[in-house]
Amino acid sequence: MYTIVAGGGKVGANVARSLLRMGHEVTLVEQRPLRFERLQEEFEHQVLLGDATELHILELAGIGRPPQLVLAATGDDEDNLIICQLAREGYRVPKVVARVNDPRNQEHFDLLGIAQTVCATSNILGLVEHEVPEHGIVHLLELRKENLEIVELQIDRDSPAAGKRLAGLTLPVGARLISVMRNGRSELAESSTVLRPGDQVLAVLEPGKEDELKRLLLKR
Amino acid sequence: MKLLVIGCGRVGSAVAREFQAEGWDVVAVDEKEEALTRLGAGWSGGFVIGHGMDSEILRRAGVDEADAVVVATNGDNTNLVIGQVVRKRYGIEHVVVRVLDPARADFYAKRGMQTVSPTQTAISELAARVRVAGKALA
Repeated sequence: MYTIVAGGGKVGANVARSLLRMGHEVTLVEQRPLRFERLQEEFEHQVLLGDATELHILELAGIGRPPQLVLAATGDDEDNLIICQLAREGYRVPKVVARVNDPRNQEHFDLLGIAQTVCATSNILGLVEHEVPEHGIVHLLELRKENLEIVELQIDRDSPAAGKRLAGLTLPVGARLISVMRNGRSELAESSTVLRPGDQVLAVLEPGKEDELKRLLLKR
Repeated sequence: MKLLVIGCGRVGSAVAREFQAEGWDVVAVDEKEEALTRLGAGWSGGFVIGHGMDSEILRRAGVDEADAVVVATNGDNTNLVIGQVVRKRYGIEHVVVRVLDPARADFYAKRGMQTVSPTQTAISELAARVRVAGKALA
């Protein structure tokens, strides 16, 4: 697979290195001259000096072939968004992935149709939520393309669903329970499953259904 | 008529002043407070300090009621993203974006954006003047 990685910081350089080790072909693009010189020692001809939002730099990097994947991993969200648009719309690159540096910019990537995004801050926050024992709803995974998300909820003593069989619960439209974890063991959610305080429930749902699900499973 | 000017540098501030003089309701947005001085002592329009990528700043600047938006920060990609966002999220038809790089200006112009490239203007103008000089010598 041929990949262009825009941005040779820690993220871009590490991904490029991993792809090369996996036997893929990679061109890394870095615009800071000092950083480029250091990268050149390792990546040699596989790193290019320039601004990946300039069409002639992308063309030097081989965007016209086109690559199967462009990863926009610079430290600038606007640059990453533009790189993805240029690659996809200008050169029909089948897959583009963008790094989102500031989670507040996520909405712009979503609005402009860059569905494959990675945001370290949001991921770390998700992990923190997961580790905090007193939680309401934890977002484990967002499947942007599918417009679905996977969340975790913990049933407690005050939960209106505690002691009820799943068959007796009316789930909101656009939400399904996947599994119930109890005493460290997970079982797929069946209609015969009875929810108990302490259970950790995984659910898949459409965005915007969280509140309905919380009303059903957590305390009011 | 209401105009939003995002990026109040030399270009943005001059556009803002021109339209205010013509009686438009103008709000300028810039990250730096000092940019307000570029609008002159008699500035009676709005001024919001903040980044044009920030939805809250756009809301405070009154993006919901804007008839037209000029995006002229010092970053081409920032301008292109803000321009697309105000068009798409707020449905504003008249959005003009400054893009120094002629290649990117052309790329997005072909995709329906109104881009203005001062670099391309300078290239065309310089070439035209040289042509005139060439004819005079011939």
